[in-house]
Amino acid sequence: MLKKIFSGTIIIGILLGIALWGGFNWTLELTNTEKFCISCHEMEDNVYQELQETVHWSNRTGVRATCPDCHVPKEWIHKIVRKIRASNELFHKLMGTIDTPEKFENYRLTMAMSEWKRMKSTNSRECRNCHNFGSMNLEKQEERSAERHDPHVFEVLDGKEPSKTCIDCHKGIAHHLPEGWEEAVKNDPMLKVEDEPAEEQK
Amino acid sequence: MKKMIQVLTVGMFVSIFSVAASAGIQPSLRGDNPLDKGEQGIAVKKPLTVKGGIERSFKKQPPMIPHGIEKDRITLKGNTCMKCHSAENAKKEKAPEIGESHYLDRDGNKLAKPSSRRWFCNQCHAPQVDAQPLVELDYQPQK
Repeated sequence: MLKKIFSGTIIIGILLGIALWGGFNWTLELTNTEKFCISCHEMEDNVYQELQETVHWSNRTGVRATCPDCHVPKEWIHKIVRKIRASNELFHKLMGTIDTPEKFENYRLTMAMSEWKRMKSTNSRECRNCHNFGSMNLEKQEERSAERHDPHVFEVLDGKEPSKTCIDCHKGIAHHLPEGWEEAVKNDPMLKVEDEPAEEQK
Repeated sequence: MKKMIQVLTVGMFVSIFSVAASAGIQPSLRGDNPLDKGEQGIAVKKPLTVKGGIERSFKKQPPMIPHGIEKDRITLKGNTCMKCHSAENAKKEKAPEIGESHYLDRDGNKLAKPSSRRWFCNQCHAPQVDAQPLVELDYQPQK
């Protein structure tokens, strides 16, 4: 009798566990879709429209990056941390912090800076889900791009940490740049990029 | 008399039409592509990338843009061309810096930032594609 209750509890427990954990992850993934992101007009009217002008939306090879590809970490633990931090965004949605185009513009620099800092602090982790110095073919790149990527590609080949991360140079590639971003970045201790020592040999 | 007027009017129309037809309508950028077919059948030309820039054809010609600009955006708030061509960035990016004239307002006063009259780069500077002229040109670049 006792044995039956025991095994019954275990079976029910497992089923319940699957249902709850599965349901939790399922819901989590639902909030990880472009459809969910642009269900808020703040996202659909501003940043989503801007994304559609860029190479991450339509390009030669037909690969597209949508909102969560860049803005939500893929790895579980980092994803959960980001999702918890997103409660701040829910709060501001309720407050209507950016609910008109004017408010959005006024707030754009703040939002951009915080996203740039997030990317800088993780060594552009979300970029590197697709892009890597190690897999770059410099010969296939435009001369100017190749020239800029070259030192970092070789740093990686030599087993070193690249001295720059994607977001150091590639700001404003998916959304419009805020007014005054250059000064803001220059004056920020975290985002400031040290210029390479001038290579004026040529 | 009435008949003569009739003949003359008909004659006049015929001659006008034939002149128009024989004058040869200038070839258009669309070529033989019908208007109602949209962009179908029109070859896409890629913007040229010319290392070292494109030479001017005459003095004071706004230099043409030797690269694509499809990723660039110019608005009231921002101008992504300035990522390379502003006074601060030009040297670092090894790009030509915008000319001094770009800092002058219409009264000739020198401003600290590029004048709003010169803000919209592609009003004067244009990217190029490798396309042959539609009509023969005998223009010689002036130095």
